[in-house]
This record gives sequence, C-alpha cells and structure tokens, in this order.
Amino acid sequence: MIKTIISEGLPVDEQLLIRKKVIQNGNSPKRICIVTGTHGDELEGQYVCFELIRRLNEDIRFLDGTVEVYPALNPLGVDSVTRGIPTFDLDMNRIFPGDPNGHLIEHTAFEIIQDLRGADMVIDIHASNIFLREMPQARINVQMSKKLIPYANLLNIDFIWIHDAATVLKSTLAHSLNVIKTPTIVVEMGIGMRMSRDYGNRLVDGIFNMMKKKKMWTGTISKDICKPILSTTGEVCYMNADASGIIIPSVSHSVDVKKGDLLCQIVDPFEGLVLQNVLSPVDGVVFTLRTYPVVYEGSLIARIFSKNTQIDNGENQ
Amino acid sequence: MNGSMKQEILFKMKSPYRDDFKIQGFRFGEGEKSVAIVGAMRGDEIQQQFTCSQVVKNLIELEKEGLILPGHEILVIPSANHFSMNINKRFWAMDNTDINRMFPGYDKGETTQRIAAALFEEVCGFKYGIQLASFYLPGEFIPHVRMMDTGFQNVKLAKKFGLPYVLIRKPRPYDTAVLNYNWQIFDTQAFSIYSGDTNTINKESAKVAWLSILRFLNSMKIIKKNIHDGFNSFVLSDVDLETVKSNQAGILYSMNSARDEVKKGDLLAKILDPFTGIVRSEIYSPVEGTIFFSHNHPLIHQNTVMYRIVKF
Repeated sequence: MIKTIISEGLPVDEQLLIRKKVIQNGNSPKRICIVTGTHGDELEGQYVCFELIRRLNEDIRFLDGTVEVYPALNPLGVDSVTRGIPTFDLDMNRIFPGDPNGHLIEHTAFEIIQDLRGADMVIDIHASNIFLREMPQARINVQMSKKLIPYANLLNIDFIWIHDAATVLKSTLAHSLNVIKTPTIVVEMGIGMRMSRDYGNRLVDGIFNMMKKKKMWTGTISKDICKPILSTTGEVCYMNADASGIIIPSVSHSVDVKKGDLLCQIVDPFEGLVLQNVLSPVDGVVFTLRTYPVVYEGSLIARIFSKNTQIDNGENQ
Repeated sequence: MNGSMKQEILFKMKSPYRDDFKIQGFRFGEGEKSVAIVGAMRGDEIQQQFTCSQVVKNLIELEKEGLILPGHEILVIPSANHFSMNINKRFWAMDNTDINRMFPGYDKGETTQRIAAALFEEVCGFKYGIQLASFYLPGEFIPHVRMMDTGFQNVKLAKKFGLPYVLIRKPRPYDTAVLNYNWQIFDTQAFSIYSGDTNTINKESAKVAWLSILRFLNSMKIIKKNIHDGFNSFVLSDVDLETVKSNQAGILYSMNSARDEVKKGDLLAKILDPFTGIVRSEIYSPVEGTIFFSHNHPLIHQNTVMYRIVKF
C-alpha cells in the first residue's frame, strides 16, 4: 500500500506529493522506517528501497511487523537533480523539526517528523554529495551511541562514526527524531548522483539482519555480515586542501594507507606545477575520498580512520 | 584626530581559475572596538551590499568632517560572498554551502567554514554587531531590527535604530550556526537589520536601513550626525504576528504589501487558476493590523505563508 504523507498544490497543475510504501504482515506492532531522498542528488538509497521492497514482496510471509519505505522526502529535488528544495534553495536536512504554522516546507518537515514518530527504528540513508565518496558507514551522536551502536553493528556497514555532541547539527531529521525518542541511524555511503548495487545490497542485507534481531523477520539472512569499525577505537583524521587547484588522485577509496603515502597531488594545470603533495599523516583506512577534481583551499580531500593516533578535529556531521 | 579610513584585505584565497577571492574591510577611527557591520553573505543579497556601500560612503564623508568621534573603531565588511554574487548564485559558488550556517567557523575545516572563521575573527570582540540580513523565503518586510532571544539581547539598544519594529524571536535549531547568534554568545550585542528586499535594489528601503545604522551610531555617540529620531519602535515577538496562509496554489494576484494597514475582512489577495484565470480563492485579513511580511512572488504554493500581520 502506498500512503500519501503530504499533498500540497504547486502553482501550475501539480501536487507536491511525499509518499511512503507500507508493507505489513503478521501481528507484531513493530515498525521500522527507511527514509532517503532528503537531498535530491543522493541516490544510493533508491536501490536500497527497490531491493528491500522486492525482497519483502517475494517473501512477505516471513515478515512480522511493518516496514515503511520513504524513497523521496524531497521529490522535487530527486526528480530535478537538485540537492536542496527547488525554488527555495534550501537544504531540507537543515529545517527539521519544522513548524506546523510555518511555510510549506517547514510544515512539510513537521509532518514528516509526525509520521515517523514512534517508529522502532528509522534508517536515514544518505549518499555524501557529488564531491566525496564514502565507505558504508553509520553516523551517530555520542549522546545516542549507547542505544544505537548495537543496531548499527547489524547493518553490514564498514564503519560507525560517533560524533561529539558539539559537532552535531541540531536541524537534521535524525537529530530531531532522536530527540523525541524515535531511534534514528544515519547511513552514509557512496557518492552523489551515482548508485552502487554492491553498497545497496550490503545495506539491504544489513536491514534484514537487523529485522531478524528485532524478531520482525523469520526468513533467511545473509551469513556474510560485516562487523564495522567503531570510530572511538581510534581517531578520524581530516585532510583538507592547502591550495586551490585540480586534484590528481594516487590512491583508491577504502584502501589502507601508511603514514607518508601519497594520497593525491593538487596541481596547477596552467603552469604544470604541483602545488601540494597530499601525504597521509597516519596509518589508517581512507573511508572518505574526494572524487571531484576541482578544489579550493579548505576543500575536504579525505578522511582517514587511524587506530593509533590522537588528532585534533572539529568538523560537523 | 581620527585616522583616515583603511581599506584592508581581511581574507584572501586563491581560486583554480577565477581571480583571487578577497574579503575587504573598511576600518574607520581608532580605539575601542565599537561596531562591526556585515553586508552580503549570500550572493543574492544585493540590497544588503548596496546598503552597506552607502554606510561606507556616509562614514567616509563623516570622517572627512571629523564627525567620527574619538576612541571608536568601526569596521564595515560590505561583502563576504561576491564569488557567488558575480555569477548569480545564492550560496557558495563551489559547493552551495551557506556561509551564514558556518559560524563561528573552523579555520582548518571546509572552505566556507574557513571563510566564516576568518570573518568571525575580524568581527568578534566588537561591542555592537550589525548584520544586513535577508530572509530565506521570497517576500517583502517592513524594515525592522531582529534579535534572537538568547538571554543576552538588549531591546532598548535595538530601539535606537528607530525602525518601525523590533522583532524578538526564539532561536531555532539552525540558528546556532548563524552570525547573529554567535556574536551574542561571544558578548557582542548583535542586531540583524531587515530592510525589506533582497535580490533587487530598493533605494527607498535601503535608505531607511542605512539611516537607521547611522542613527544608531549617532545615538551611541560613535558618530555625530544630525538625524531625526526615527520611529518609536514597537517591540514584538513571533506570537504577535498573525499568519495568513494560502489555501490554494496558483497565480498570486496580491492587493496588499508590507506596510499596508488592513482591517479585518479586507481582501488581501486572490489566487487564480493558472489555466483559466478563474479566481480559486480570495484571501481576507483575519485581523486589523499592519502587514509585516508579504509573499511577493507571482506564483504561490498551497499552504504557504502569504502574509504576517501585526495585530493592532
């Protein structure tokens, strides 16, 4: 069954529709929600929605509870290759928890929160942006970590990144839901404007694994569930560009690197000059890597997780 | 004797192919860090840029006449994002991030975090901070001063701008990363001036804004200028504003705009069917009052804020 959460008129002959697919079987009151498409250029979640629903449809008898899938919280953005909310140029993941008396988009954000409120688990799937490729990972506020880490461990991802309270953005969907005691895990994976079947299948396997542990799924699950690295067992090291220019990569995403390894060069194509050799400051795994070649000073190039170092960081979720 | 105005490059960054990005500051007077004024932080804040340029122009003239009073430093930064303004983008040209969601900034972080950090380092520590701000939705305001209810705000000071209204509003989750909030947290009395327009120049409302800034500086004895007292500002909060929303979508035929006084039952606007021109909805005022905000885009979504009215 497809349910419409929001239906509001657009100026000319069109409705703004936000819809969810509801799949229910058995008697359990348990409900998990899969949400994605908040940023219109993040598409990795589309495959997850498709594959999750396909598998559930195939073996619905093994489901005991309700799975709700929201493939596009920002349908105007997804359908027009726009990261933010078209016409307003706003980042939808910066307007939560919304306002019932506010503008259409604030009202919409409020209604989305009300619809998700009370779920036993919400998985909020993101796909980085068009600049950076991300290893499949969960991002969790330290204040929620005790409750959420056991579930994130089930999701067949590579990494769990625990964020300090000071760096958590309070206007996100995930934060707003966690505040009202609706447990929500942000999953980041892949890269904007692209879709990876491999990453998608892994997360779908993880979601079934989580449903099994929650006693919502009695069917088979993958035996090959990855145990993620927890960020608190080491440090996250940020590599930002010191120079503006063009990046020529020297390593691939998700590889292990040694201290001193060349990650990439920032070059000046005009002069044929290397402006910066970006070297890894630590031994670790490259879990974020820039793929978009043009950089300004400060542009994020990579994030490396190292088990052995103490590094001063201060970045946001 | 005051020193003469210093035009300084406060932040400089190379671009791969464009000219260098520079944030320029105009520093007047010497002594106590009295007031910092920030103009456009978004690429569509043309009115804010224009207003700030007029503040600079006025201060240059006042300085020539020796009317910037001794012991005060004034820093004006008309533009912090002309890389976007020059190419008709609203947010940062490369990654579309909003500088005014990055404060207090981080000097080792992403580009806009670095810009925010550099900007904040320059404007932090001033006694008063004034930002020429814009609203995130299309519309027109009555000129007003906006302050956040952080517990540090001083309403009496806000009234010295002599604008018709002072609006105090509760911070929202995203506000913790804006300049105004961070100024207040770091002990600067912060004011956001809304002149009414954004991506166009309205000379009349811009003049109201720049004169209000000069009035404030005069009132705080930072400059000496003959200027009338302005309005005895009416102080209001969000709850004092009656919201009128659209019950239909379509073409907006608006009969009223900001500053208009309306009676209960007055016809404010019509929403027309975009194919047939037939009136889908007539929007009437639910209260008697003054229109504080009006939506001014010719197309209207359903369930959108069309007007906010200050109730009499």
